Amino acid sequence: MAELKLPLSEETARGLKVGDFLELTGPMITGRDAAHKWLVEAQQDEVAPFLEGTVIYHCGPVVRKNPDGSYDFVAAGPTTSSREEPYQADVIKRYKLRGAIGKGGMGPKTLQGLADSGAVYLHAIGGAAQVLARCVKRVERVFMLEEFGVPEAMWVIHVERFPVVVTMDSHGGSLHREVLQASESKLKGLIGL
Amino acid sequence: MLSHERYVETFVELIRRASTDLPPDVEEALRRGREGETAGGLAEKALLTVLDNVELARTSSAPICQDTGTPVVWVHHPVGASTRALERAFTEAVHRATAKQYLRPNAVDTITGKNTGHGAGRGIPYLHFEEWDRPELEVRIILKGGGSENCGAQYRLPEARLKAGRDLEGVRRVVLDAVVQAQGHGCAPGVLGVCIGGDRVSAYAESKRQLLRALPDSNPDPMLDELEQRLLREGNQLGIGPMGFGGQTTLLGVKVGVLDRLPACYFVTVSYMCWADRRSSVRIGEGGELTWLS
Repeated sequence: MAELKLPLSEETARGLKVGDFLELTGPMITGRDAAHKWLVEAQQDEVAPFLEGTVIYHCGPVVRKNPDGSYDFVAAGPTTSSREEPYQADVIKRYKLRGAIGKGGMGPKTLQGLADSGAVYLHAIGGAAQVLARCVKRVERVFMLEEFGVPEAMWVIHVERFPVVVTMDSHGGSLHREVLQASESKLKGLIGL
Repeated sequence: MLSHERYVETFVELIRRASTDLPPDVEEALRRGREGETAGGLAEKALLTVLDNVELARTSSAPICQDTGTPVVWVHHPVGASTRALERAFTEAVHRATAKQYLRPNAVDTITGKNTGHGAGRGIPYLHFEEWDRPELEVRIILKGGGSENCGAQYRLPEARLKAGRDLEGVRRVVLDAVVQAQGHGCAPGVLGVCIGGDRVSAYAESKRQLLRALPDSNPDPMLDELEQRLLREGNQLGIGPMGFGGQTTLLGVKVGVLDRLPACYFVTVSYMCWADRRSSVRIGEGGELTWLS
């Protein structure tokens, strides 16, 4: 498994291919439904520097607030990415993201966006909240906590050896499209359509 | 039977058990699934991570999944029990379990988008009450995550696209379609709770109630038992696999219930439960003694 430092360059992102196992180390930011809508509705200058060059993690963590005011992630697996399909390509382009981490894969609009911007879709193991929370070494700061609540806030985190697999790349490759097509064809066989 | 405080404490423990530990039959099914996958492949790696994660959650008493879901609750109570008092106690338990991070604050005001912050809200948690003749109380819960909830589906037969008529063959067709539609979005390998018949409300409730059944059990109706086994076998032939990575393990179980229907209606309702098939139960005796059931 290759270790990959965040932030990453466009060239590095374009070098990644479907099936690559990676361990990510460096800063990233969480963002899910409310965040994606908010990010496309207007340019959010305050959060923009924390998006550029890194990846957005589709995650709504369980978070503990410590007596000194700092935060720890108690559980932090990926959420279903397909809900961000209407927004993801635009968010990547506008904020110069190099990718997104989630689960379940995304659709054709995002796949095209990955090719256009030079980015990747990284799949983390859904439900593996303890394995992944242990890779989150620090919570640096948080945006929109009051407005969005704990699961939907944008948490700036530092991760070490965070395991993912590339399932959509900037060359038009998508494991999710392949599995969908194969399973649809299998279904047709099973029910004689 | 118990004081309000003791009810709340008991329900917090019930939630903790569900959120942080999987029933043994589910873990066993995941282990068997892993054995069936190609060594070194993506599907095997996914299931190995899942099994590691289950172990970590158990030993650290922390949530298996950060989406601690909606607590869906079934209460069997003796004659004379106050369902309002039980609902108050369970709701308070949700507040406390959220403060202890066994649950994520998972209730959002739909109109304003504001999170209530304490895990409870309008319609959350959802309790089903049923009176029975026994003197004890039994409380059974599942924690159902949002990703899997989004994969639920309700079909209205006949369904032309799938050539599904109003018979068990039609049921088979639409259930397999639901599995294909879900792909990996609901955190495969999943468990299906299915209801044949009913109305749009009762059918979803029954499909979720089916998720209380242990995976290796048999349906008492031989025809439905055969249907369950066939759907499990064929679902696993679809090749969707863990996380939708492709593989042999797409489903861990299929459980089918039946309700009667109106002549005009024939619904087939599927509730999709993720691999983190979290359930726990407790029986509270007349004298307040607790029996924990998985």
